[in-house]
Amino acid sequence: MARLHVNGQVVDVEFDDDTPLLWVLREQLGLTGSKYGCGVAACGACTVHIDGMAVRSCVYPASAVSEEEQITTIEGLSEDGSHPVQEAWKELDVPQCGYCQPGMIMAVAGMLNNNPEASDEDTDAEITNICRCGTFQRVRRGVQLAKTKM
Amino acid sequence: MTNSISLSRRGFLISSGAAGLTISFLAGCAGADDNTSAAADLPPNPEVNAWVHIGRDDVVTIRIARSEMGQGTLTGLAQLVAEELEADWDKVVTEYPTPGENLARDRVWRDFSTGGSQGIRSSHQYVREGAAAARIMMVQAAANEWGVPVGECSVSKGVITHGPSGNELTFGAVAEAASQLEAPSDITLKDPSTWTIIGQPVARLDTADKVTGAQQYGADILLDGMLLASIKAAPVRNATVASFDASAVEGMPGVVKVMQVGDNAVAVVADTWWRANKAVEALPIEWAGGDRFNSADFEAELDEGLTAEAAGIGNQGGDVDTAFANAAQIVEATYNLPFQSHAPMEPMNATALYTDESCEVWCPTQNGEAALAAASQASGLPIAQCEVYKQLLGGGFGRRGMSDYVTQAVLIAKEMPGTPIKLQWSREEDQRQGFYHPTTKARVRGALDDDGNLTGVNIRISGQSILAGIMPQAIVGGIDIATFQGLASPDNPRTADQSLKYTFPNFRVEHAMRNPPVRPGFWRGVNANQNAIYLECLMDELAVAAGRDPLEFRLAHLQDSPKSAAVLQAVADRSGWGSDDGKNRGLCAFYSFGSYTAACAEVTVDDNGQLKIDRIVAATDPGHAVNPQQIEAQVEGSFVYGLSAMLYGNVNFVDGEVQETNFDTYNVMRLSEMPEVETLVMPSGGFWGGVGEPTIAVAAPAVLNAIYAATGNRVRELPLNYRNLREA
Repeated sequence: MARLHVNGQVVDVEFDDDTPLLWVLREQLGLTGSKYGCGVAACGACTVHIDGMAVRSCVYPASAVSEEEQITTIEGLSEDGSHPVQEAWKELDVPQCGYCQPGMIMAVAGMLNNNPEASDEDTDAEITNICRCGTFQRVRRGVQLAKTKM
Repeated sequence: MTNSISLSRRGFLISSGAAGLTISFLAGCAGADDNTSAAADLPPNPEVNAWVHIGRDDVVTIRIARSEMGQGTLTGLAQLVAEELEADWDKVVTEYPTPGENLARDRVWRDFSTGGSQGIRSSHQYVREGAAAARIMMVQAAANEWGVPVGECSVSKGVITHGPSGNELTFGAVAEAASQLEAPSDITLKDPSTWTIIGQPVARLDTADKVTGAQQYGADILLDGMLLASIKAAPVRNATVASFDASAVEGMPGVVKVMQVGDNAVAVVADTWWRANKAVEALPIEWAGGDRFNSADFEAELDEGLTAEAAGIGNQGGDVDTAFANAAQIVEATYNLPFQSHAPMEPMNATALYTDESCEVWCPTQNGEAALAAASQASGLPIAQCEVYKQLLGGGFGRRGMSDYVTQAVLIAKEMPGTPIKLQWSREEDQRQGFYHPTTKARVRGALDDDGNLTGVNIRISGQSILAGIMPQAIVGGIDIATFQGLASPDNPRTADQSLKYTFPNFRVEHAMRNPPVRPGFWRGVNANQNAIYLECLMDELAVAAGRDPLEFRLAHLQDSPKSAAVLQAVADRSGWGSDDGKNRGLCAFYSFGSYTAACAEVTVDDNGQLKIDRIVAATDPGHAVNPQQIEAQVEGSFVYGLSAMLYGNVNFVDGEVQETNFDTYNVMRLSEMPEVETLVMPSGGFWGGVGEPTIAVAAPAVLNAIYAATGNRVRELPLNYRNLREA
């Protein structure tokens, strides 16, 4: 039994040592906002925050998260979808199919945590999430709009 | 009513042990929006008709038959209905009727299939007529209640007003009475000039839940008592399971069952998917037989097809052989395009619950009725005892028009009656078990006279037929008409929406069908994608050979298609074509899926031959533009899809096995490679063209022609993979 801090709550959960955090979140805690896309940290659909840093949870063993670390998933980014990135995403209608967007939003929110003044160039360099519908142009605009709402 | 609420309702029914199917599901679903205090003691309103339910609280629920997979059809179709209904757009929500209900009601919603950019263009007429009928019935009901002539009543934003008295009734107040009236037979649709919802850049109806993680996809389904399955099918086509050693994994944590699925796959069912997948990966399986296909070796067969005597003719005019015999100059080139995988972000999945009396499936599908048929076939139960609940798709791109994963889920569930089984493919399984965009080569030729006039065009395509692979009954006279998208004859009603818009004095388009043992599939943009490369790179090569400006050269052959000329001219004007600013530009114009499209790309190629795509101006004339901001989103996204294919897309088969099994080897475009896309939405009215696919076709040719402008080198073999473009 391990103790995790997820979205401000303490949860005690049992899992095999090699289980990636993604599957603990999705299957054992019912937090299905974080998505499985590749399982090899290539696409970023599984992105969550650990202490505010974006990580790709599909390859991050849940057993590597300590009791002190705070895990934030898309469900916990804000209570009501009002995080600046979420607000910007709604205003610009960024998502298409939307499957990659929780990961995309968490990656962008993580970037802005570290670099609130992120430029387009910073965004290009840091946001390597895959979106097959092709929302990149609106993602770029969304980052700049979100900055004005922080 | 959102689909996720529908699901929780199903979940509730299942957990309460309700057996069998609830065919009255939609009508029952209408209750949730009737829970206002005023309406609390009245039963929910019945639907007005198949397309519209209006609650006593005036919430308008619009039934959407087509599948939403990101392309915005849910919002666009709702706009069509709301327009004719004269609804208050702010009160509109949507729901999917089920394929089972469609069959039970004599297919009142008609076709559920979602592909070919058909969602709006093939259903706008009956969808709008259904909405108009509902409006007429509600106005009539109000007039009846007031005892006044219907001609004295008007309707706007969900409120019916009696002019002389000023009395008002909302839709919600008359919906029940309206539902009792005869459907009108004489329906006149609104004139486009009076539209107030169609044509507006309204926000999508399905965005809010997508930014909070609340949006439920097929992969997220959770049913009481559900178990998870991962599967491995033969990695080589037509191979079968020879044997597998279940005992090797049966003791692994969480494993419940190891089973063969059909003749070519083995699945593990476990308490979590992670455990199921781990066991599948550890499971020793021996395969037998199969086609040990090597895509590298297939090149020779494609090359043979380029010059083979026999070929199907897709479109022709004049006397092309004489034109070439008399040519002053002949331009000839061979283009080579690889297999591609759809790679939607959500790998294939389906959840099935089988009992002796029923089979229910929850799945993302582009073809709900085909999924229902698959459920019936795999379960062995009559179709009336089966049902499919469509989930929002995490991408489709044509892949989810197939139902192979539904069949598998049902076969697994059938072995465990009463237990819901969610089958989730790994990304690797998704890449290995594709229906691949076919490989083709083309020999393109053009004849010029002494004055640089184009006298003949000949395009010989060699490669796989999609229709021969997945719907051979559609092959007529040895011809696969889908092969000729964008090059086809306007005289054939089946290809008019994919017809060649250039006027050439002499031309012939041919296809030498060469079918490898690879499952082909419809892939977003389908054959228009490669045909645009073949035609529009040829046009560029010809313009250069003729010493003419590529814009002028193209326009000179678009005299019979002013809409094509208009979009081409528009991108040229906006991009600064012809200016001496030193930018490297390339053009493309193409017509497919009923829409006129064009693009102008600007690129830089550095001293090391590395490409940067700086800017793309794109234009589309889809006739009526239902939602311009969503069309812009589709155009932007279609460039990501088309340029990903150009830059990276390549599936190789070695000894029958797909080599690119995840995004680390099947690379796709990222944000840093995304050019600024400026979209010109140019609706000229009077027709309904597709949106999701047509602009993909112009992406790669415009960039390839810009690369030529930058380097003097032609790229004729894709993917590019960032090769040194300075090397010829």
